[in-house]
This record gives sequence, C-alpha cells and structure tokens, in this order.
Amino acid sequence: MKLNRIFKIIFLSEFINGIIIAFKEMFRVKKTINYPFEKGAISPRFRGEHALRRYPNGEERCIACKLCEAICPAQAITIESEERSDGSRKTTKYDIDMIKCIYCGLCEESCPVDAIVQGPNFEFATETREELYYNKEKLMENGDRWESVLAENIKLDKPYR
Amino acid sequence: MEYFTILYKEVYKILFLIIPILVSVALIVWFDRRVWGFVQKRRGPNVVGPFGLLQTLADALKYIFKEIIIPASANKVIFILAPIVTMTLALSAWAVIPLSDKMVISDINVGILYIFAISSLGVYGIIMGGWSSNSKYPFLGAIRSAAQMVSYEVSIGIIIINVLLCTGSLNLKDIVLAQKNLWFVVPLFPMFVIFFISALAETNRPPFDLPEAEAELVAGYQTEYSGMMYAMFWLGEYANILLMCALGTILFLGGWLSPVDIYPFNIIPGVFWMIFKILLLFFMFAIIKAIVPRYRYDQLMRLGWKIFLPFSLIYVVLTSSFLIYFDLLPNKGF
Repeated sequence: MKLNRIFKIIFLSEFINGIIIAFKEMFRVKKTINYPFEKGAISPRFRGEHALRRYPNGEERCIACKLCEAICPAQAITIESEERSDGSRKTTKYDIDMIKCIYCGLCEESCPVDAIVQGPNFEFATETREELYYNKEKLMENGDRWESVLAENIKLDKPYR
Repeated sequence: MEYFTILYKEVYKILFLIIPILVSVALIVWFDRRVWGFVQKRRGPNVVGPFGLLQTLADALKYIFKEIIIPASANKVIFILAPIVTMTLALSAWAVIPLSDKMVISDINVGILYIFAISSLGVYGIIMGGWSSNSKYPFLGAIRSAAQMVSYEVSIGIIIINVLLCTGSLNLKDIVLAQKNLWFVVPLFPMFVIFFISALAETNRPPFDLPEAEAELVAGYQTEYSGMMYAMFWLGEYANILLMCALGTILFLGGWLSPVDIYPFNIIPGVFWMIFKILLLFFMFAIIKAIVPRYRYDQLMRLGWKIFLPFSLIYVVLTSSFLIYFDLLPNKGF
C-alpha cells in the first residue's frame, strides 16, 4: 500500500491523469453560450427595461393613476398629469430613474391598464448616468419598439395572474 | 559611415527579434486564456478578431489609455523603473536563443550562462516593484517571489549541468546540434520533468503562483500597479514563460531539429519545428494552469530544496559516471 503511494508520487501518476482528463474535457461540448451572438432563453415574466404601451389605435394606455409611483419601493418613478382637451387624464411627465430602479416589477403588477411593463430587453447599458434617466418619450419609444414581444409575453403570462 | 552601417545592421536585427516576440507574447496570452477556458468548458476570448486573436491587442490598448497611479508613499523612481527592468530583462535574454541554424542575434559561446544570468536578474524587477510600492501585499509577494525564484534557479542550474555534461559546450547552437542523434529528453527524462516543474516555479505560474496568489495577497507585487506599467509586468512575465519554453526546447527537445530525419519532415524549415516545440511546451504550461491547485509556501520550498535539488545532484553523478564508464564524454582532450 505504502509502496504503491510512493510510486504514484514518484511517477506523478495523478498529475498525468489530471492532464489527460483536462485534455479530454477540452473537446467536450461547451457549457457556456456564445453570448453576444446567441442568448439564453428568457421567461415571459422577465423584468428588463421598462416600456410604456399604447392601445392598438395609437392612444397611450397610461391614465396617470399614479399607482406605480405610489408602490415603487425605490421611488424611481415621477409622474405629473393634466386633463387633456377631450377630458381624459393623461401624463405630462413620466420619468423613471433607471439607476434607482430595483427591477422588482411592482409597477407592472400595479398597473390597471397594462401601460407600464418591463420588457425582455436587458442590454441598455450606457456610457453616462444621464442617459439612464428615462423620460416619457424614451419609454413610449421602447413600447413601440418592443410592442409585439410585450403583447405576446403578457398573453403567455395571463393564465398565471 | 561604416559605424552607421554596423549600427543599422544591428538595430534592424534586434527589431526583427523584438517585434515578433512581442507579437507572439500577445498571441500566447490569448492561447493561454483560450486553453484555460477550453479545459473549463468555456469558450475563452473569441470576439475580437478571428477566434479572438486580437484580444490581447485590445487589452493592451485599454492599458495604454488607463491612468498610471503612483502611490503617494511609493519610491517613485524605483516604482517606475521596476516594470521597465522586468520587461527589458525578459526581452534581452532572447538575444542568444537560436531559433534555427542561422537565426540568432549573438551566437556567443557562453549562451546558457548569459541566459541564466539574465533570468536571475529578473527577480530584481519584482523585488523593486514590491518593495518600492511601500505597501504590505506587494512587499510580501515580492519576498515570496524572490525566495521562490532563487531556490528554483539552483535546481535548474544543476539540471543544466546534466545537459552540459552530455554536450561539452555552453553554446546553445552546439547543445542543439549535439542532439542530432538522440534528443536529451530520452536519456535525461527525469531531468526534463524537473526542469519543466522548476520552470513553472521560476516564472511564477500556477501551481507555484504564490507571489501573486490572489486569495491571499491581492495581486502580489503588482497590486499597486496600473495602466501600462502593469501591462509591462505582464508582458515581461509572458516573455519569460516563452523564454523558459524555448530553453526547454533547446536543452531537451532538440531545438530546431526535426523529430525524424527523413524526407517529408526534414524539408520543413527549422524555425517551424522550434516554434512548434515551444508551443507544445507552452500548451503544457497552460493546461497545468487549469488543472492544479496552488501549493502551500512550505510545500513549495520543500519541493525545491529537499526533493529537486538532491535528486538532480544524484542525477549529475549518475550521468557523469555513465559517460565516463562508457567513454562517451565529449571534449576528451581536457
């Protein structure tokens, strides 16, 4: 037994085994994905970048009820509203500080008209802090860009809500 | 005018050595990271350029544009000098390495001593960097690194004596040519293994990367360095690793000689074989980085002084008695 161990140490057998195993592992299938070119699957509930949606006729959904502003635990949302000429209440200002935001998804949960949603986009890193203070235009633009995906995700998640 | 021609000739020879070495250092860093990633079933850098080949260039660019921070309590002159010393020494040792029959800058008769002298000086760069930082971790890292490099240099020196006994020359070209019939890796195989492991310790590679053990010493002697100075340390380190691979190739793997002297192999130019063998050795360096855990400091010292040193001394005696008994000694005139 002891002799066996000594031989193992002298001939570095465990070391050589290790190299052989490492060499074999090199040609196995990779466990990581090739990120910028392929992306991992994302759940329809994924809470990424925010977006403000519209109705199919182009009318913005948000009714300025300020529930999201009230529930936001990080107090990242600021809303100001006004009565529009047709008598409906609409926001004049809808700002989200994306640096304060903790991406908890409570704004989306609280919204009675599915106006503010968190989309599947998580690649919105910027070079300056200022670019992450989102205003209403930016959020509406996000909504327009991701509308098809957002609608699909909401539909998929409907049975569980 | 004559002066000028000589100068011009030498300078362009040096440029033709240094630029390919710097490029190959960049490629070797990429290769290292890639092998490391592959063993861990990752992809490694693969975005910048084809297969990520330009990754190191991108990193170097990033380092160039970063700010160099010099700690207020550091000894400024030595702090700046340290990375320069490391890199200069790592590159200057390449002057005597023969890449093939003709491709060598200075074909001096004590080539191996020159390399040895230069690589021993390499520890000064690290000590200077660590000490002048005037900070705890760099200092500890530098002390460790100095002790480690000094103790493993001893065993490398004795291993080289084995090779010198078989060749009877200190000229690196002669050492390669003496292996025409039989590479020294065959009769001196245990020495090759010990040389390889000592080279790992000498260049501070895992499992002997104690000087920069990030779990204990942040980054060792490089902790206070940033920007291009850090990059120079890193260039010097990899140039040293390449140098050790080249030395191993020359001493044991028959330098630029082709493995078999038959038709399809011996028309391939020697440089190719040399580079191929260096890469092979470096591949071993890289794969070992991926598989082994770090040694403890006392284990490292024990391995160097109590196992490698006596073993290589015994092997010197064995080699010389063998050579004398079978009357194989070179340079019998002396």
